[in-house]
Amino acid sequence: MLDFRPDEEQKMLTDTIARFARERLRKVYRDAEEEGEVPQQIVQAGWEIGLLPTAVPEAYGGFGEYSAVTGALAFEELAWGDLAATLAIMTPNLLAVPVMLCGTEAQRETYLPPCCQDAPPQVTGALIEPVVQFSPYRLKTTAVRDGDAYVLNGAKTFVPLADEAETILIYANEGGQTQAFLVAAGTPGLTVGKRDKLMGVKALSTNFVTLADCRVPAENKLGGEAGINFSLLLNHSRVALGAAAVGVARAGFEYARDYAKQRVQFGEPIAHRQSIAFMLADMATEVDEARLLVWETAWLLDQGQDATREATIMKQQIDRMVVQVADRALQVLGGYGYIREYPVELWLRNARGFASFDGLAII
Amino acid sequence: MISFEIPPFIQNQLQLIRMVAEQAMRPYSRELDENEHARPQAFVQMTWPFTQEMVKRTLKPLMEQVNGNNGSNGSAKPKKEGPDYGMVNFIMMIEQLSWGDAGQYLCLPHPMLGGAAVDSAGTPEQRVRFLKKFTEGEPKWGAMAITEPGAGSDNSAMRTTAVLDPDTNEWILNGEKIFITNGALALKESDGLCVVWATVDTKAGRAGIKSFVVEANTPGVTIAKQEHKLGIRASDTVALHFDNARIPFDNVLGDPEVQQVESRKGFLGAMKTFDASRPAVAASAIGIARAALEFTKEKLAEEGIVVDYTKALHELTAVERDVIEMEARYKGAWLLTLRATAQMAHGESNRLEASMCKYRAGDAVTWITQKSVELLGPKGYSREWLAEKWMRDAKINDIYEGTKQINQLIVARSLLGYSRRELK
Repeated sequence: MLDFRPDEEQKMLTDTIARFARERLRKVYRDAEEEGEVPQQIVQAGWEIGLLPTAVPEAYGGFGEYSAVTGALAFEELAWGDLAATLAIMTPNLLAVPVMLCGTEAQRETYLPPCCQDAPPQVTGALIEPVVQFSPYRLKTTAVRDGDAYVLNGAKTFVPLADEAETILIYANEGGQTQAFLVAAGTPGLTVGKRDKLMGVKALSTNFVTLADCRVPAENKLGGEAGINFSLLLNHSRVALGAAAVGVARAGFEYARDYAKQRVQFGEPIAHRQSIAFMLADMATEVDEARLLVWETAWLLDQGQDATREATIMKQQIDRMVVQVADRALQVLGGYGYIREYPVELWLRNARGFASFDGLAII
Repeated sequence: MISFEIPPFIQNQLQLIRMVAEQAMRPYSRELDENEHARPQAFVQMTWPFTQEMVKRTLKPLMEQVNGNNGSNGSAKPKKEGPDYGMVNFIMMIEQLSWGDAGQYLCLPHPMLGGAAVDSAGTPEQRVRFLKKFTEGEPKWGAMAITEPGAGSDNSAMRTTAVLDPDTNEWILNGEKIFITNGALALKESDGLCVVWATVDTKAGRAGIKSFVVEANTPGVTIAKQEHKLGIRASDTVALHFDNARIPFDNVLGDPEVQQVESRKGFLGAMKTFDASRPAVAASAIGIARAALEFTKEKLAEEGIVVDYTKALHELTAVERDVIEMEARYKGAWLLTLRATAQMAHGESNRLEASMCKYRAGDAVTWITQKSVELLGPKGYSREWLAEKWMRDAKINDIYEGTKQINQLIVARSLLGYSRRELK
């Protein structure tokens, strides 16, 4: 019944992740950003928290405790530490969660057990396309049935860790429906292109991927002949990214709050002024509200209900909120907010990305 | 365990409340808006039995407690097993009634804010003594009088005095209170009550302020003025004048300690009322927002405009984007309100969250209803439809029970750990 408190297990999990975010991610995020790489030991340590294996059903070697609400809690805490590292750590989800939710028995048996090992599987997913008018429900990449295969044509961008991936879950438009295909590295016609140069999340390696008459066996269509419930997957993706955006926004709010309390001008902390204090009140309120929107969508998904409307409303609200909160955090810091020695400019650049990140993470 | 599930007993009750809203409120909305001081008879008759049942349920364990220990000391609320979803029920009822008509909802024959003050500051004996009348007889109202011409958000500046007459052991009240919701209904048109805040020592500041129960037809209490308002015109809003009004000694709310002049407990106890009343105001705001949102979507659908939630941002028209933002702001404010209410159900402190949801909901409903009038074009501005009325009704939620700004201030102080002196 109506309750907004995480349970004991969820609290233990978020405490663990919060410590990891504070003691590991926050120590490396700036160097990682400047060097363009999340350190491998960070990705490994993040993997060892065990989020994905916990979610995978027991039959495939996991613990069978899949919950979008728990996933949202985890994503927020991780992203509070650093968004690029979060996306790197959670990259295997891009293939594993769709297989879990929509895969055939054979697909689950192939792809889920490797998700329960000591090291992350080298798999990823590709939804986003290098176009101005990107729409997940109306993809420009096409899939056409030809005998016992599907022929894929098109281009993808923002594909995380694509250059190392052994399998990429590629989304394509099949007769007006978005479907997904498990494509092995080395398949003729599949090319992992140059690395994306992005405004933010620079530590995350993402690539262009092109598909030129790429033939994929028919049994590699996710969900078999019937295909997938794409809305369901997109809604799960929006929960993950919504929660991550809440984490980024909260990081900005907390930093600005602490700064405003110690920055003295005209003989007292600037937080003593309503112009600053009211900005902080609005930021905290918008962060809390966004978190509740994420949780509600996640909870509906956990109940097995359709949450397409809720997920869309939540996504659009959060895309606005996270930029606004990060921008105000920078404003509270004044000139220091603009300097790369401080984290806030990085959070604003990351925040701006969420409007373009549909499908870049999933829980 | 995070859950958004509404307990079934509340869902069942909400269906009844919706019927009340559709049959006893909506048909009279326009008429009661145009005839400002008329009373919503149909609504009052239909809801009074609900109130009696609800108050009976609340008082039952208290009466047992009071009879058990002869009705004296101990202000602790009776302990119950598990969460108490009564407040969630009440909040959802307010939302549904305000969806019907916010002005009429405020005329609910119910202890309302006066009852909330008695509940949060009174002893069990006082709660039974003052609230029992809401379980029997003709419809009655409760009111609360804080605001004065010179004391709005700064209620510690109040000038109304309470002086103890040692000869009769009575308090003598003098002063003027304004903007009293249901003041006339509570004190002149029914056998209700009004909780009046007054100071027993003008030099003692907040510590001198206590709350007193004034019952209907007390000599020396007059209605000084009936206000004419922008919206919620069905609601009774008056100024009260106290001229040597005498009330019994034990009508001061709280245990004997509260009656000490130095104790701030009385003031803090009365302030606690807001922790419950702010989510209630937020819920009322949300009810209006939902009414406007549903109506707008219905009318747009008649024009062939239906939001497709699978469209990407660039595929949506400006109107569709507006509708989605209306839905987001409605939903977000409602979830903040449910959170502050659930905290009460679980016995947690909710001062910060109560102010947060109140200011966010007032802001959201003001924006949503203005957007609704805009999206509906000339018809939205016409008094033929209720959209323009909802816009006028909505604005009060930005103001009463603490303006948006005073609630922002409370939130900011709480977030920063600042006192009133540090953050003015």
